Amino acid sequence: MISLRINGRSVAVDADEDTPLLWVVRDEIGLTGTKFGCGIGMCGACTVHVGGRATRSCITPLGAVAGADVTTIEGLDPAGQHPVQKAWISLQVPQCGYCQSGQIMQAAALLKDFPDPSDQDIDAVMTGNLCRCMTYVRIRAAIKQAAAELKGAAGRE
Amino acid sequence: MSRLQRAIETGAHPLSRRNFLVVAASGGAAFGFAALGLAAIDPAKPGAPATPAAGPLFEPTIWFEIDAVGLVTVNIIRAEMGQHVGTALARILADELEADWSQVRIVHVDTDAKWGLMVTGGSWSVWQTFPIFSRAGAAGRLALIEAGAKLMGVTPSACIARDGKVISGGRSISFAEIVRRGDLSRRYTPDEMDKLPIKPVNERRLIGRPTPAIDIPAKTNGSAVYGIDAKVAGMVYARPKLPPTRYGAKVASIDDGAAKGVKGYLRSIALDDPSQTVPGWVMVIAETYPAAVRAADLVKVEWSGGDGAKVSEKDIQDHAASLIADAGAGSLLDTGGGGDVDAAFRSARSTIEATYTTASALHFQLEPVNALAFEKDGVFEIHTGNQWQSLILPTLATALDRPVTSIVMRTYLIGGGFGRRLNGDYAVPAALAAKALGRPVKMILTRADDARFDSFRSPSVQKLRMALGDNGRVLAMDHAAAAGWPTQVMAPAFMPKGANGRPYDPFAIAGADHWYEVGAQRVRAISNDLANSSFRPGWLRSVGPGWTNWAVESFIDEAAHATGADPVAFRVAHLTGKGRDAGGPPSAVGGALRQAAVVKRAAARAGWGQPLPRGVGRGVATSFGQERDMPTWVACVAQVRVDRSSGEVAVEKLTLVVDAGTIVDPDGARAQVEGAAMWGLSLALHEGTEFANGQVRDTNLDTYTPLRIADTPEIDIEFVDSAEPPVGLGEPATTVVAPAIGNAIFAAANVRLRHIPIRPDDVRTALSATS
Repeated sequence: MISLRINGRSVAVDADEDTPLLWVVRDEIGLTGTKFGCGIGMCGACTVHVGGRATRSCITPLGAVAGADVTTIEGLDPAGQHPVQKAWISLQVPQCGYCQSGQIMQAAALLKDFPDPSDQDIDAVMTGNLCRCMTYVRIRAAIKQAAAELKGAAGRE
Repeated sequence: MSRLQRAIETGAHPLSRRNFLVVAASGGAAFGFAALGLAAIDPAKPGAPATPAAGPLFEPTIWFEIDAVGLVTVNIIRAEMGQHVGTALARILADELEADWSQVRIVHVDTDAKWGLMVTGGSWSVWQTFPIFSRAGAAGRLALIEAGAKLMGVTPSACIARDGKVISGGRSISFAEIVRRGDLSRRYTPDEMDKLPIKPVNERRLIGRPTPAIDIPAKTNGSAVYGIDAKVAGMVYARPKLPPTRYGAKVASIDDGAAKGVKGYLRSIALDDPSQTVPGWVMVIAETYPAAVRAADLVKVEWSGGDGAKVSEKDIQDHAASLIADAGAGSLLDTGGGGDVDAAFRSARSTIEATYTTASALHFQLEPVNALAFEKDGVFEIHTGNQWQSLILPTLATALDRPVTSIVMRTYLIGGGFGRRLNGDYAVPAALAAKALGRPVKMILTRADDARFDSFRSPSVQKLRMALGDNGRVLAMDHAAAAGWPTQVMAPAFMPKGANGRPYDPFAIAGADHWYEVGAQRVRAISNDLANSSFRPGWLRSVGPGWTNWAVESFIDEAAHATGADPVAFRVAHLTGKGRDAGGPPSAVGGALRQAAVVKRAAARAGWGQPLPRGVGRGVATSFGQERDMPTWVACVAQVRVDRSSGEVAVEKLTLVVDAGTIVDPDGARAQVEGAAMWGLSLALHEGTEFANGQVRDTNLDTYTPLRIADTPEIDIEFVDSAEPPVGLGEPATTVVAPAIGNAIFAAANVRLRHIPIRPDDVRTALSATS
């Protein structure tokens, strides 16, 4: 049994240490918002947060996250209203949507590191996330919109 | 797919007009499965069974119903794969119905014979559905007005419908109340349906207005349910062990000794497939998917046979070239009389000739193909995302040896279609394994397996010739195209006959039958039999025009330069709209003149002719989208920078102008053009693989490299304001980008590239040849 926290909830998983976190999250915990795309960490569809850092769950063994805090798309915001999610809806970013959980998790992590990201910052961080529908133009715009909202919120505090 | 459309209209497929009549107790009872609606998805409420309607119901056609609380449910037979198709289609119906949009929901239905042909592709959905849903909405509106008028004691002519109510002067009655209290027995004959009054354009209240797509919120919070998320109690997981070739492989032996050490491994089965869809596939079964993946790596399978194991891309392309060289090969398209092409070439002052090629290209839809299959209550259920259920259902019936009426495909969101899921072959191995094991099987392909047996876009070879007379006048054009033919391999009944009586794959030649006035014209479509027997060619986003237009528009550019003409002016001068290029109703009113208009508009928007720095150039390309019967007029100007030392091509900006007739969902339309254009760019510069010894060389993102955000250029899109019938939007913009880039490279660096993808090495080689 390996214990960890997923979206704030403690879970104990009966799986081999080398089982990819992706399949634990999807099939053992039942949170299917995190997606399987390439299996080699190069598409980003499986992105979750481990200790707040964007992490490719398809190449992260369960044993490596024992005791860690894992956040999936389902846990990013209790109401699905994280500024990144709101911007994604407002600018109608998703097409097929399959990569978007990973894009959103990556973007949320990006905004922690770069509260006011330039195009270059966005390209550098987000280029690891493939969108096969190629919604890139809107992803860029939505990240900036989310950054503006976060900054506005910070300014009011 | 006008041919498909005709097949539908002539009743070859059961999507006939009788479907407008009420179908009592439809589907479920007849097929013996009661809970038909349980998996059909409501994308606004993913994962939950569709909310049952509150009776009584008003169901004037199979396409929608209104319940006693006024909820309008629109049935969508098209797959949702990113185009927000349900939103667009429901807007058409709701507009004509005068429904309150906040009371409209959509349901993507499971398969049932009553829906007729179920296919999502070809950019046809809005074009095909518009007349059907307009009339369905109109029928509902008129029936509600009649019944509402009666309840209010007024004449129907004194009433209008608006916002889900029937209104007469200062009084009104809601659709909900009419459904509860009114007499809604009004029925329409097919003739009456045809004559129903459709609202004039200035009365539209939803069509053409922006609206949030119904499917989007669930795609931002992890709740959207795709085929890969399907589950059922007691299921086991399968990863296939793929044979060395698509066809002809037979399992000689299976050794799973090493796999037995994997926790959760159950067994391996060689599939017995009467449909010959998956010959030689071995299914490795385990309690979990990671166990199936690990075990499959350890299972050793020996195969015999297998055609094409030694075939490579060069063999296929050489074969294509030899077929083109045989003047008797192939099917001739009807080019409206054509004229005497050979005589024109004999009398020409000069001729131009060029050969264009394209490499194999993968779909690489991000959700690898998968399916969950099991038998329940006498029905075989297939849970998977699919674009052409009507094509794979008969194959499943053959594979499972049971009537097609006892198989149902449950509908899911699709994590990328792009044509991959028009070929539903992946449903077959899951179903066969479930049958063999007698329990539910969930099969998922790994990324590399998905790529290896993708129905990828065939490599192609095209030879184009032009005969020129005095002063560069175009006398004749001759275009021969050879490639693997998806329709021949997977759906031969959908091949029309050419002018010489030989069938051809319309998806492997459309685009070559362009709208330029070129004098005598010959278009020859040639099936590459070596490709067809070595892999399973597929339909890939923008199908034929995705590569035929690469040749046409590169060649037209070459012709412009050869005659000393400006590429924009040359195009406009030959888009005369005369003869068969005048177009006409229903969907091609205006013809080539509308194409000329988008060319001029795109050039103006992009600053055509204005000076650029050295090494930067603009190129133009245009197309009519997918088919002559359903033209979407598109033009693109690409601005590129060529680095002469590295050969790198950077696309700085794409400018697109699109005339797609009526735009139903403006933001959804823009999203489709954005995505389609980036696909065109990706195919031009970033993608492409190579068939090598029976396999595709690139099977994952370490070497297959679609466009990423860092290489995404600025894009400027304009839609032409039009009240003409809506046509397609998912693909047309893909067709113009590669030739616009190739033409821009010529403008920037004076080198002509005739193969896509264009790699830096190709550019460097071309540059060194000219310097």
